[in-house]
Amino acid sequence: MFDVTTIRKDFPILSRKVNGRPLVYLDNAATSQKPQQVIDCIVDYYANYNANIHRGVHALSQEATDAYEASRKKIQTHFGIAKSHEVIFTSGTTHSINIVANGFASILSANDEIIVSQLEHHSNIVPWQMLCKTTGAILRVIPMNLEGGLDMDAYQELLCSKTKLVFVNHISNTLGTINPIEFMTQQAHQVGAAILIDGAQSCSHIKPDLAALDCDFYVTSAHKMCGPTGIGMLYGKEAWLEKLPPFQGGGEMIDQVTFEQTTYAGLPNKFEAGTPNVCGGIAFGAAIDYLNTIGFDAIANHEEALLNYATKKLLAIDGLKIYGTTKKKTSVISFNIEGIHPYDIGTIVDKLGIAVRTGQHCTQPIMDFFTISGTVRASFAFYNTQEEIDIFVAAVEKAKMMLS
Amino acid sequence: MTIKAIQEELIEEFAMFDDWMQRYEYMIDLGKSLPLIQAKNKTDDRVIKGCQSKVWLEAELKEDKMVFSADSDAIITKGIIAILIRTFNHQTPTDILNANTDFIDKIGLKEHLSATRANGLTSMIKKLKLYATAYQAKLNS
Repeated sequence: MFDVTTIRKDFPILSRKVNGRPLVYLDNAATSQKPQQVIDCIVDYYANYNANIHRGVHALSQEATDAYEASRKKIQTHFGIAKSHEVIFTSGTTHSINIVANGFASILSANDEIIVSQLEHHSNIVPWQMLCKTTGAILRVIPMNLEGGLDMDAYQELLCSKTKLVFVNHISNTLGTINPIEFMTQQAHQVGAAILIDGAQSCSHIKPDLAALDCDFYVTSAHKMCGPTGIGMLYGKEAWLEKLPPFQGGGEMIDQVTFEQTTYAGLPNKFEAGTPNVCGGIAFGAAIDYLNTIGFDAIANHEEALLNYATKKLLAIDGLKIYGTTKKKTSVISFNIEGIHPYDIGTIVDKLGIAVRTGQHCTQPIMDFFTISGTVRASFAFYNTQEEIDIFVAAVEKAKMMLS
Repeated sequence: MTIKAIQEELIEEFAMFDDWMQRYEYMIDLGKSLPLIQAKNKTDDRVIKGCQSKVWLEAELKEDKMVFSADSDAIITKGIIAILIRTFNHQTPTDILNANTDFIDKIGLKEHLSATRANGLTSMIKKLKLYATAYQAKLNS
């Protein structure tokens, strides 16, 4: 039974004060807070079985290796991935994307095409621009519409035999738009292109079934889903991961090394050079366990109720405009109030103990599309409450009064 | 008035307020008296760059004293730059370069010194002092 009061007790940070007031944390799209269960897992690792993994014969090393690999299996099961070695531990979404971008440098030739969407985060645009520069490939962009959705007709027109890779986020970090990734995957495959989906924003709200989705790559970060920072996942179909060259050289990723030649280790080690983030990997698994205990259906229901409630209350404020109004969106509200700079609103609500994000959210193309300099973004998680939204809306009203 | 005396004056003015809201409202008011930079001078080389709000800053030298003008698209930022300009306006480049800016903490605006505020006070002070360095060099040449 979903009970938000009980759930909040799992998160020690939610009972602290900011600027003398109870913290209202509405910056969940930037990073989530951590439950005691995950914090305990991290403490337990360092207190009881910290060791380097995959190499020691001693007991600690074996315990740590077992826990790390058990976590990989947990992630595999959670995402519906066929083989555990298709799960690569990375430092996060950006690292995962760079592994794929780097790999495609050896696959692409001049005049091949890569498609990205206008809704992408800067970290999802820059690696592809760099890749195009080195390979002579061409970057195509799926345009967005006024609601903040992607234009699927334009997407289908862009796809052609030259398309080698499609890159799209599952959910827009700025607008909350849920993109039609099932359709986009099918369409990409019809022209023989691979598709990489950025799940950084989705995995705390949705449990993607990658077997059914059939995408070629899926990437995410643990810290957006109640896990620690510095750990994330690259899922790739086995055939693709075999094909891509390693990203970094070092220990763990090798099979045989002589000064004449090195042969690489098999999957997943080929992409996990050096001592990995062992603790992070284990805690990633603990975070997934935690989310599954609450249940993704319950999470979605609660967040949708929060989204609807907050949307209605915010729209009652005169001059307030919400950006991102597609029917299928997650609990993210980006908005501006006419004549007021988002930075000013963010500063005032911070003084009232509320954490929101202001600015461009690393998505300058979206800002350019709406011809605005930035927005205020409130993003809700399953541990937020209706009461917190009341506090937030009252704070926005107060800010408006002070600033106009 | 010396920079120090103006800073003392500001500390006194802000001490009249009991809470942050009044202090912010006063700061916003101070922003309204900011000597505005001319529209034609709102060029990229006069921008203090950051991803949050835009600040333009211009400096001239009149009778060996610095005269500043500025603007911002955010009104809290405008208030902050107005406070800084009030302390530095009509001062010599040397006095500006020697001035310390600890008074910011005393007027209750410490949070704007944080490194995460890309257009925070730190980068504004840096730009103000950069102009002073340039004009000091000019005066000495």
